Amino acid sequence: MEEATSHQDILPHLFRQEYAKMTAVLCRHFGLEHIEVAEDIASDTFMKASENWAIHGVPENPVAWLYTVAKNKTKDYFKHIAVFELQVKENIKASGFEIEGDFDFSSEIIADSQLSMIFTVCGTTSSAQTQICLVLQILCGFSVEEIACAFLTKNETIKKRLHRARTVLRNENFQIRPLGEADIRSGLDTVLKTLYLLFNEGHFSKTNNLLIRKDLCSEAVRLTLLLTENVLTNTPDVNALLALMCFQSSRLDARTDRNGVGILFDKQDKSLWDRSLIDRGNYHLVNACCGMEISRYHLEAAIAYWHTAAVDEIKWRHILPLYDQLLLLEYSPVTALNRAFACSKIYSCEKAIREVEKINLSESNYYHELLGYLYSGIDINLSVQHYTRAIDLTKSKTERHTLRQEIERLNTLLSSLNNNK
Amino acid sequence: MKEFMLIFRLKDIADFKPSPEQMQERMNWLAGIAAQHKLVDKGNTLLPVRGSAKTVKSDSVVTDGPYTEIKEFVVGYIIVKVDDIDEAVEMAKGNPIFKVGGNIEVREVLKRD
Repeated sequence: MEEATSHQDILPHLFRQEYAKMTAVLCRHFGLEHIEVAEDIASDTFMKASENWAIHGVPENPVAWLYTVAKNKTKDYFKHIAVFELQVKENIKASGFEIEGDFDFSSEIIADSQLSMIFTVCGTTSSAQTQICLVLQILCGFSVEEIACAFLTKNETIKKRLHRARTVLRNENFQIRPLGEADIRSGLDTVLKTLYLLFNEGHFSKTNNLLIRKDLCSEAVRLTLLLTENVLTNTPDVNALLALMCFQSSRLDARTDRNGVGILFDKQDKSLWDRSLIDRGNYHLVNACCGMEISRYHLEAAIAYWHTAAVDEIKWRHILPLYDQLLLLEYSPVTALNRAFACSKIYSCEKAIREVEKINLSESNYYHELLGYLYSGIDINLSVQHYTRAIDLTKSKTERHTLRQEIERLNTLLSSLNNNK
Repeated sequence: MKEFMLIFRLKDIADFKPSPEQMQERMNWLAGIAAQHKLVDKGNTLLPVRGSAKTVKSDSVVTDGPYTEIKEFVVGYIIVKVDDIDEAVEMAKGNPIFKVGGNIEVREVLKRD
């Protein structure tokens, strides 16, 4: 017989997967004002699993086991409340609580509840950062420590942030209910924006820990994938966002070296790109094209496509007009900088420098990094100046390291040029 | 902008079921059109196999299989939106169907509404 899977291997994995689902279904019954009760029951269930499985081994169907326990715990809770209510206020009937009724963990209910939960959690009026913390906790089952690690912040800060977010969540929503078409139409944009930010948090994370970054990215992909599985939310925009995430994720392993130091695109080992994710991205990009409207996700996915599909000049000739469209749709200085970079690849660094200098972003490290790069073949002194300024401005340790190396290279080059004079 | 239908044809039924690599290559080609926002309709596959294809001729003569009088059969189509037919032709040239002896017919779509 094969070595039985140890409960220590399977439990953390299951926890990530099932905790959020379980909480979503339970919240549908308790209402969001009692989200803590739902979370307690879910946590208790996993606690029981860890004790029970350690002694008896992992059951044949671990997921079913978890849901049976959760169901029983919920019934116990309702009974307890009912008895309490009866004793305190005799008039209240126990039947006011649906103990049996439609309480179930069928896959349909799970999918529905999860979708409603995504819309509810992403749809509050909290700030973007706070919203993402809440998504990670409620929809992805992250612990406070894990979230703090991802954001490079203290546990206390995250706890406070979550506390605020939960208060907002409770005040704005009383219950989780099945989504109608109107809810989806009005809420989908916000959901996509949050998932997009969650993904970027992983993709451009401040932390060097590749595992955490991958976790954030794959959670964003998982939630977006969930949206494509429902007819009502399988829209062109959702597919475009998913395509973007797939293309970007395909390069995660190639983007940093073993020490977490970033590797520039041109120097990446392309054999490390994940081909299956690129294929998946292609599939969703094609599916994103059935509508008339083009969202920013369409444009960004298309840019990411060209990065995986073509090389050098052909690539940049496709990318430049996409940046133009993106700027028209939603101007941002960072997009303008990216556009200038594409411009340097097709035309010249001089032309790109003129473009960059029109952008008012001199307090950004990225602005100076780009100028440093563009000047490196024109005026080494100016280039070093900009790189130095970028080092002062960046918060990322690895970036500082990369930039210092570049300055060193330029200084060596400069002194050898002077010696030859 | 004009719309063109690209109609894919094969000669050998054995080539109809593509390998994963061929699928991948085809999808990559299609995604390239999508990435330029020139894909109007990703189209469909037309099954050429027994039970999924019949040809109806005059006098109610029905034969099994797709129309093959020209020794080729249609396996699918897509619709693209481009400036002119030359651009559509350039697009078609990148499709991997030529590696298995297939061909692509490019036809401008005239809308009837």
